[in-house]
Amino acid sequence: MTARLFDKVWDRHVVASPKGEPPLLYIDLHLVHEVTSPQAFEALALTGRKVRRPDLTIATMDHDVPTIGLDKPIADYFAAQQIARLQENCAEHGITLHALGSPQQGIVHVMGPQLGLTQPGMTVVCGDSHTSTHGAFGALAFGIGTSEVEHVLATQTLSQAKPKAMAVTVDGELPSGCTAKDLVLGIIRALGVGGGAGSVVEYRGPAIQALSMEGRMTVCNMTIEGGARAGMIAPDDTTFAYIEGRQYAPRGAAWERALDAWRELGTDEGAEFDAEIHVDAANLRPAVTWGTNPAQSVFIDDVVPEPDAAATPAARQAAERALAYQNLKPGTAIRDIPVDTVFIGSCTNGRLEDLRAAADVLRGRKVGPGVRAMVVPGSALVKAQAEKEGLDKVFADAGFEWRSAGCSMCLGMNGDILSPGERSASTSNRNFEGRQGPGGRTHLVSPAVAAATAVAGHFAAPADL
Amino acid sequence: MSGVQRITGRGVAVMRSDVDTDQIIPAAWLKKVERSGFGPGLFEAWRKDPQFALNQPGADQAKTLISGSNFGCGSSREHAVWALMDYGFQAVVAPSFADIFRGNSISAGLVPAQVTEDAAARLAAVLESDPDAEVVVDVAARTVSVGDGVTESFELADYAQWRLLEGLDDVALTLRHEDEIAAYERHRQTWLPSLASSQG
Repeated sequence: MTARLFDKVWDRHVVASPKGEPPLLYIDLHLVHEVTSPQAFEALALTGRKVRRPDLTIATMDHDVPTIGLDKPIADYFAAQQIARLQENCAEHGITLHALGSPQQGIVHVMGPQLGLTQPGMTVVCGDSHTSTHGAFGALAFGIGTSEVEHVLATQTLSQAKPKAMAVTVDGELPSGCTAKDLVLGIIRALGVGGGAGSVVEYRGPAIQALSMEGRMTVCNMTIEGGARAGMIAPDDTTFAYIEGRQYAPRGAAWERALDAWRELGTDEGAEFDAEIHVDAANLRPAVTWGTNPAQSVFIDDVVPEPDAAATPAARQAAERALAYQNLKPGTAIRDIPVDTVFIGSCTNGRLEDLRAAADVLRGRKVGPGVRAMVVPGSALVKAQAEKEGLDKVFADAGFEWRSAGCSMCLGMNGDILSPGERSASTSNRNFEGRQGPGGRTHLVSPAVAAATAVAGHFAAPADL
Repeated sequence: MSGVQRITGRGVAVMRSDVDTDQIIPAAWLKKVERSGFGPGLFEAWRKDPQFALNQPGADQAKTLISGSNFGCGSSREHAVWALMDYGFQAVVAPSFADIFRGNSISAGLVPAQVTEDAAARLAAVLESDPDAEVVVDVAARTVSVGDGVTESFELADYAQWRLLEGLDDVALTLRHEDEIAAYERHRQTWLPSLASSQG
């Protein structure tokens, strides 16, 4: 019988299949952060329950931490309270915490892989929808709500109906100047913002195999923006080379045994999917979102589309609302849209490779007049590595602010926000209304396009400069 | 958590597709460490528009929200469910729900009633012509009706329906399988990472 990558990982984690109930799935790694955990720990306290496996649980602080002035006390009372609460909860339950200021602190989805904690064939959950990032390693990884966080803390399992399996096959080769971000925005455009609901997506095909681990993480990260809870990529030598030698990677004989098992995980020849879409990478160009959901994107060479071109009345209505919110007129060339702010960072594009790509564009150039530009490394380790390579100097010389690790302007719940009416080019994952601050207008782009846009003062590709 | 059998009261329709959880409760509200008090933040930005459905007379009494497809997409924040419930909603009726939002709703006791696109439009149309019409969500029968005229059936998985009706403690349900969990744990692969022992 043939099996898919998803089936193989799923089947190995089924603890029990009670009659009339969804299967109980074992969780290999639970990532915890300050925002979606306090109510879960409180519920444990109220019911007198303990954390079952603190050794399979790791915490960090990312969502509401400041990215500047770390030597001073946190000014935001509520953020400070939430951060203190995570410290207390981790201390009480014996959970490893990489707190603000520690060399391993960072965005939870950057931290896990860089420690070697994310490995093929695992189940990984976190109270954060971008947990899908870890699927880049051939893990089954998905976001959960706070009640489920409580459930995993108490039982190390989740009761889960098995989703459907969808294949997204990416043929061809990405053109020069096109990145994993442009690819995933193209996939979401094809799929629609809810097209993946109820499914786990497997990304496959030559253009996926050609991606680095960082690129694969970018693709899997944004799976949730197409409605699917998890995205997966079959592990291969690129995956193994990334993991080998990291802090929590197996060593010696264990490494060899793990490798043998990991090589068996890929989808079997002839296995069928519940649905499949094909994307030709060769047809893609650098992408820019124009609307207020991540499926509303065009190529940088295009114009803002007419709402009338939408496929359904609901999509047309959504497009009209989006254009009104974004204050854009159909027919405007994307390159003619000026920006106020450029943000490079997030769990989508805050890794070393992303920073290098942006720095390559910025070397010897300056941020355009009136543009506020900031770069926020995804983790303290990414920051340290980037500084070792001198990237901080490149950014600073170009006029970018060089910040400390955190979610920062991706979600507008810390000090880094847009003002009402401000327009950003952002390497993050969501362009929802007010996502980066009430009234702010977000356009999602790749790190290279963000850097070129910062220089030009309007949307631009590196080749335009 | 107490069970929910039948929800009877006013309804409100917000007929937009892809209502994301950032709209339902903006991130600035997520700094709270409690489960309560999110109601004032519900649809915070949209409520600045006087025409918005929640600003109409009687909306603050509503128990059922009718909306468009892919309701609750985006962030996994269960705070979105808590905000809807804190405001007074006990059910959301929509043509489809984002996966994480649906799971969070069932965990917290908010009924995610999935109807067809046409049914959602019919229910919303009755409310539009008569905002005072009574909305009844019958969880046991899996039906939603507005006023005297329109009754539609909704989809809700059997197991989810049972959990909502009984208001069960999900952790306690799982702990019935504690022996199986322990048995599984004895056979996990030895190379799997553990925070207790850094391999390096």
